[in-house]
Amino acid sequence: MLVLEKRPQPSRAWIAATPVLAVVLTMIAGGLMFAALGKNPVEAIRIIFWDPLFNAQFASYARPQLLVKAAPLILIAIGLSLGFRAGIWNIGAEGQYIMGAIAGASFGLAFYPTDSVLIYPGMVIAGGFGGWLWAMIPAILKTRFRTNEILVSLLLVYVAEKFLASAAVGFLRNPEGRGFPGSRNLSQIESMNNPELIAGSGMHWGVVTAFIVVIMAYVMLNKHMMGYQIKLAGQAPRAARFAGVNPTRLIVLCLGISGALAGLAGIFEVTGPAGQISIDFNVGYGFTAIIVAFLGRLHPVGILLAGLLMALTYIGGELAQLMLTIPASAIQAFQGMLLFFLLAVDVLSNYRIKLKREGIA
Amino acid sequence: MTETPLLKIDGLTKAYPGVVANDNVSFQIMPGEVHSLLGENGAGKSTLVKMIYGLVRPDSGSMSFMGEAYAPPEPRAARAAGVAMVFQHFSLFEALNVAENVALGMENPPKQSALAARIRDVSEAYGLPLDPDRLVGDLSAGERQRVEIIRCLLQDPKLLIMDEPTSVLTPQEVEILFHTLRKLSAEGTAILYISHKLEEIRSLCDEATILRLGKVVGECTPRDTSAAEMAELMVGKSLAIPARANADLGEVIFKVSGLSVEPATPFGTPLRHVGIELHAGEVLGIGGVAGNGQDELLAALSGEAMTAPGSVTLNHENVGHLGPNERRALGILCAPEERLGHAAAPDMSLTENALLTARVRKGLDKGGFIDWAATRAFAEGVIETFDVRTPGPENAARSLSGGNLQKFVVGREVMQNPTVLVVNQPTWGVDASAAADIRQSILDLAQKGAGIIVISQDLDELLEISDNFAALNEGRLSNVRVTSGLTMETIGLMLGGAHDMHDLKEEALHAGA
Amino acid sequence: MGIDPVTLIAALIVASTPILLAAIGELVVEKAGVLNLGVEGMMIVGAISGFAIAVNTGSATLGFIAAAAGGALLSLIFAFITQYLLANHVATGLALTLFGLGLSALLGESYSGISPPPTPSLNIPGLSDIPVLGPILFAHDAIVYLSIAIVAGVWAMLKYSRMGLIIRAVGESHDAAHALGYKVIRIRVLAIMFGGACAGLGGAYLSLVRVPQWTEGMTAGAGWIALAIVVFASWKPWRALLGAYLFGGITALQLRLQAAGIDIPVEILAMSPYLITILVLVIMSSDKNRAALNAPAALGKVFHATG
Repeated sequence: MLVLEKRPQPSRAWIAATPVLAVVLTMIAGGLMFAALGKNPVEAIRIIFWDPLFNAQFASYARPQLLVKAAPLILIAIGLSLGFRAGIWNIGAEGQYIMGAIAGASFGLAFYPTDSVLIYPGMVIAGGFGGWLWAMIPAILKTRFRTNEILVSLLLVYVAEKFLASAAVGFLRNPEGRGFPGSRNLSQIESMNNPELIAGSGMHWGVVTAFIVVIMAYVMLNKHMMGYQIKLAGQAPRAARFAGVNPTRLIVLCLGISGALAGLAGIFEVTGPAGQISIDFNVGYGFTAIIVAFLGRLHPVGILLAGLLMALTYIGGELAQLMLTIPASAIQAFQGMLLFFLLAVDVLSNYRIKLKREGIA
Repeated sequence: MTETPLLKIDGLTKAYPGVVANDNVSFQIMPGEVHSLLGENGAGKSTLVKMIYGLVRPDSGSMSFMGEAYAPPEPRAARAAGVAMVFQHFSLFEALNVAENVALGMENPPKQSALAARIRDVSEAYGLPLDPDRLVGDLSAGERQRVEIIRCLLQDPKLLIMDEPTSVLTPQEVEILFHTLRKLSAEGTAILYISHKLEEIRSLCDEATILRLGKVVGECTPRDTSAAEMAELMVGKSLAIPARANADLGEVIFKVSGLSVEPATPFGTPLRHVGIELHAGEVLGIGGVAGNGQDELLAALSGEAMTAPGSVTLNHENVGHLGPNERRALGILCAPEERLGHAAAPDMSLTENALLTARVRKGLDKGGFIDWAATRAFAEGVIETFDVRTPGPENAARSLSGGNLQKFVVGREVMQNPTVLVVNQPTWGVDASAAADIRQSILDLAQKGAGIIVISQDLDELLEISDNFAALNEGRLSNVRVTSGLTMETIGLMLGGAHDMHDLKEEALHAGA
Repeated sequence: MGIDPVTLIAALIVASTPILLAAIGELVVEKAGVLNLGVEGMMIVGAISGFAIAVNTGSATLGFIAAAAGGALLSLIFAFITQYLLANHVATGLALTLFGLGLSALLGESYSGISPPPTPSLNIPGLSDIPVLGPILFAHDAIVYLSIAIVAGVWAMLKYSRMGLIIRAVGESHDAAHALGYKVIRIRVLAIMFGGACAGLGGAYLSLVRVPQWTEGMTAGAGWIALAIVVFASWKPWRALLGAYLFGGITALQLRLQAAGIDIPVEILAMSPYLITILVLVIMSSDKNRAALNAPAALGKVFHATG
């Protein structure tokens, strides 16, 4: 009989190795899934993980896309990881992302057609503020009324989606858009554009921000009391109170940071890659970022790598859709599978597996 | 003619990673015998009874029950054979009522109404009054134990295992319990009684088996053996009894008055008008049975729980409205009972755990940025000064044994030179030599002029180290008495709460009739 | 106005049934001390598996059976990872939802735009012809009555049966239950599967009766609302029924108000079920003592037997 035996302390080696193991297992299970769909599994895995980076035919398009897609995932996941470490579960980043985009876009469009270098920074601040404000709803309900933040933050995603719909067909609709839903194309307005900073690299202001946020999160978690308190609150809530951590402040802080970062991701996306507010502007980054956060072991550097990997599955997935007609939903299932495997093999960081004979007695 | 032993244990061995909990243990119990299993914390008593009750499988060795091979794969089988157990940490469900709790411990419980009637019958027959419809969460520790005992008795066990049953009882309640146990024994039920309290064993038990570090180191008839002889067998060496040069009390430095706090959890205990005056150099012992507000009192003194401004003062300065770190800055330090999860974060390193309480007084951060080198140095200082056995400060708190972690937790506070130190259960679950070290460090600190409040359920400990004594009962604190000259009877009455002093006596008499 | 109370109540029951099924299943899961946030994922996998089997076999009944099996099967992944591999319940539940949404979309690729075989109403001659009461009480399909029967069954089981007592005990303190010799993990796995089967049924009710059609992401948060209803119900079965019907009433009403062209923006009406759910959660959780007393004490905590 196999039994689990708790390690005296978490194994550092396994903490680093489990994400890799999970990716390998997901490739195997995903391969089986592709085989069941009647596709060549090896070819499918190669197209998803290899071709976007190294196949000369696709790399020139795909490589810049890597940063473009990874940036929002990393931004959101870093924010979520702080809360997850503290045992505060914001799973409504998708909603905060939408509200950030709407707030930022509204700010910019309010000044249209004024041209000023201040407009874009203002939009970014408004975007972060919009996300923050949306995250404050579950934060305040939790601190005031002990309402479960998981359910509230998630339900607010649906509210945000309805609000997005009403913005796209209502107050943000492009007056020159011949009645089609959707706002003006922000990426084509000089003062509201989030341009590619280095041609062919995919680098835009969101990518720059994501890198800065990774570094800041790293410093905070390892060198600063705030990070220490976050970790302490998640691992031992009673010890955290004993250490003088104020739970209310921590909830507001963690939800606030994650909301603001999700909002920033939203405004960078809507002014850059997405270009405009439309009904289906959001593509689920807020949910995929949950996977990124866990795959990165809630560690800033891990999240950076996990964000890039997850971006790769998006790009590779599109490629596989094109080349092998593998449906987009298969990639979504593939990403979900990755989280399953990660959580499953995570047991190895804290437990040893031992083979045990039935008791002799 | 020799009677068949009820339970015969032959060469039981059980090893866990890094420790042999039981090494070739053998002994036997006759029907109707009250047999004591004696040993200090960590001697392997709990592992042994878990094997008898089917919760743990032995690595090797065998058991027989009433002459037949006995190897219960699970507690159900043990119960079916006639073995029942009252746990040290109760196996009760707070949100369920007494009858439901009893039913869960039975194989084929009767209908709830019939069960309630039987609970009433049995509880009266054995002098353990209990209301089947009450929620267990609302019961006192002593009443909870009754639930466990009655759950066992309803199954007519042949062997009743009791794991440290008196640690949650007042001396008067202990008398009632012993009366019940003697009655059971007279009726033919054997009792395996686990304890490290020697006087209890001498008054109750027929035979004793003594364990040390997993091995049987002796057998004796407690009535004919002195406590000192048994203690030597149990501990293996004589320990220095903690002592202090003199105990001159200084000024009152710390004052609590009219402190009332509502509990944070549904089954918590509210504090009611607690008043304390603590002098410099004083060790004030606060006794009480578990669940009478000890955790709540520590939380109120540490600043974890909100207290009214003015209810707590340090050197005439009002600190009642302050949080834990502000109180620490002024010199009020605490060491809570629960080591893993409250005093320390289990998965964090000792260095990180040093930061947990020492940041303010040791200046371990600058503008929020942590000085890890200084923190590590402080942790190493604690480890060295308090002889904490660990490879180094980078090890996780949970990798330490109970005694070593407790030394670290107490040492962490002592080394910050507190003006006032509040400790809850400083030696709970700690081996004898670590316990002696910890008590000595508390006395040394008092000697230097700090005021110390020791909250403990171990009366022997409090009698040994405290200058003054008060009892906590249902969130109320008794008047403070000078410790020397206090009799067990007086203490028992204080623990029981003055208001029902009379009832308790009568109950005991009644049960004795 | 053109809103007929009788058809509104009949519609309310139809709108409530998926959530009721999912909620009553999750209630049992939570009573056993497990927090499975994958309800949404299990519902939508139930919706597509039920739909696919019903379309392929022409039998709605077989569809519902397949949906229950599909939900239970998916929940087994959650059970394995949380109970045997000791993973965090919240994270694993989220994974289940994300995976379920992807998997269902994949399975449903070729089922968009098809109509499923009808689920017959149990028109009871005589009874269903009674004015007002007939259409409200006696003209539904078997699943509606089944859902109410499950609520009654769960209520009786938890309150009166030994199995119910053991489930509550395991959810209250797994360590104490383990010390008494109960198989904590086995009991929890079975509870999780029951929850999965109920969620699957609820999902199939959406795709086979309520809509009836398959569209990607068609559960649209119903699973999350079911989770909220368990909190609203304070873990009491009949209150889950009340909560689900209340929610169904709001949904049915807002759809009718939309159709009636009332002067409230469509988006506000469409948001209202989610907003009202949040409001109800707030009201329920603000009563500190009640919320803390009724929640199973071991909810969401990982159990690992030592020794």
